[in-house]
Amino acid sequence: MEKRLEDYKGVWTLGEVREGEIHPVSYELLAWGRGLADKLGVELSSIIIGHNVKDKVKELICRGADKVYVIDNPGLKDFRADPYSEILTSLVEEYKPEVFIASATTLGRTVMPICMIKLETGLTADCTGLDIDLNERLLIQTRPAIGGNVMATIKTPFSRPQMSTVRPKSKRPLPRDDSKTGEVIVKEFSGEYLKSRVKTMDFLKEETIGAPIQDADIVVSFGKGLKDAKNVGLINELAELLGGSVGASRKVVDLGWIPYSHQVGLSGKTVSPKLYIACGISGAVQHMAGMSSAETVIAINSDPEADIFSLADFGVAGDLFEVIPLLIKRLKERAME
Amino acid sequence: MKIVVLVKEVPATENVKIDEEKGIMIREGVESELNPLDLYAVEEAVRIKEKLGEEVEISAISMGPRKAIATVKNAIAIGCDKGYLLSDKKFAGSDTWSTAYTLSTTIKKMIDQFDLILCGERATDGETGQVGPCTAAFLRIPVLTYVSKIEKIGDGKIIAHRAIEGGYEVVEALTPVLVSVVKEINNPRIPTLKGKIKAKNADIPILKAEDIDADEDKLGLNGSPTRVVKISHPRIARKGEILSAAKDLDGAVNGLADFLRKRQVI
Repeated sequence: MEKRLEDYKGVWTLGEVREGEIHPVSYELLAWGRGLADKLGVELSSIIIGHNVKDKVKELICRGADKVYVIDNPGLKDFRADPYSEILTSLVEEYKPEVFIASATTLGRTVMPICMIKLETGLTADCTGLDIDLNERLLIQTRPAIGGNVMATIKTPFSRPQMSTVRPKSKRPLPRDDSKTGEVIVKEFSGEYLKSRVKTMDFLKEETIGAPIQDADIVVSFGKGLKDAKNVGLINELAELLGGSVGASRKVVDLGWIPYSHQVGLSGKTVSPKLYIACGISGAVQHMAGMSSAETVIAINSDPEADIFSLADFGVAGDLFEVIPLLIKRLKERAME
Repeated sequence: MKIVVLVKEVPATENVKIDEEKGIMIREGVESELNPLDLYAVEEAVRIKEKLGEEVEISAISMGPRKAIATVKNAIAIGCDKGYLLSDKKFAGSDTWSTAYTLSTTIKKMIDQFDLILCGERATDGETGQVGPCTAAFLRIPVLTYVSKIEKIGDGKIIAHRAIEGGYEVVEALTPVLVSVVKEINNPRIPTLKGKIKAKNADIPILKAEDIDADEDKLGLNGSPTRVVKISHPRIARKGEILSAAKDLDGAVNGLADFLRKRQVI
């Protein structure tokens, strides 16, 4: 059956549940979605899939959603691509949104490509900007590629919904509005929809300082300039003091000074925190690809010619073993004031 | 057991050059390489073969210009048994949808009864990470993304660890399955001389649209639901203030603390 593009209306965001709670990336996505829906003059809806989440969806409305579709089932406690993609595809076919976005998290980047094939439409990965072209009534998707060397603007002109995953931390959530009202629609799915060829057996939680780096507002990163694994404590202390997380360059991950989950860059994670502090990182292009979309960058490096300074909003050229301890001291003093 | 590894040829990261005026990537004269993140997929396939023994056959498949044959040969040099290159003008301009369509159609046609498809988490040029899961969706097989460890594979099952936010998810899936791997999974080897000779002598079939019985409406730019409408070259230089701690440690650190306060971090 031929899809009629004009039958598709409304903006949808995919909410994300982690360990039973609605994750804040869901609210960042609603901030993007609200802007798009207002421009298009349509409703903003959020989808939430999980178990025991029914009572938690009010927050999605306070953060911008007009409608929330809830799928609450014990069989959906853990993310599995099979049931998630089946349910999402079925909902999209029933309600026909024109725009459908998810966070570019491991969940979003797994389930959205599957939905895209099932729905025979386009999907743009890891966008850092979304807007509406009102003349054509099309979603304008902007994303970095080739290690941040180019920005590509992408449209999905001939099929619906127009789908994107959006880089976490690329927008702040809207302030909570307690007075906002909205509709909650509970959808039931059972039988075939809940079947999965993948079984979740265990979750091995990694104990770290702060949030996973992709979710962190502040990332304090280090590279070879830290000289020895035993000095990682200095970075940990600064990160803890600032309420941030610890990132690292490829070199120090390969040396085993810190686990891979902390690696920022082309073969690691892409992060977009409000503040990125690069300590003893020279700034290889592969590293910069993973952090160039940070809001603010600070660099501390003994080599005043280091490439990392070209990307820094503020830099200190000096020995990090002098600079960081003194900085920690000053920050503690100022906190007492 | 039959393993398929999907590999892509990308411009070597250090060599990316941008045409400042047009804001596009200069491809001519730029060195290419096997996508560094696909190396982990190739290595993992070879490790599975070494562990399980001779009856494992590994096929590397790539899609790209003719010269990408070097990338397929590289995969063979590392330890893949055979390779295919998809190269046809009709494939040009493919987005992730039509790339995955082309790859999945090839796998269906060329590889009878595969058990495992391995690929890197994403390519270092396009950086979408979508082609793997999309290919699995076309083939209607399960997909495990961000895999950092394959604990066990065989008897129609795979047990793997997925590196996700905050930790590792241990999952069991039915095969055939598509697995995308992260760097943490292994340390890729350097090809041996013997491997290089094998690669040099390997016959790599170059497949065109008609060789894979593809529906031409689904290929290349015509088959792609997305359109790149603009490419720009962002000026990422921020040119912030740099204070020298070597000259004035106190001044530099106080300046930094003031900056943090101004940006409302403290």
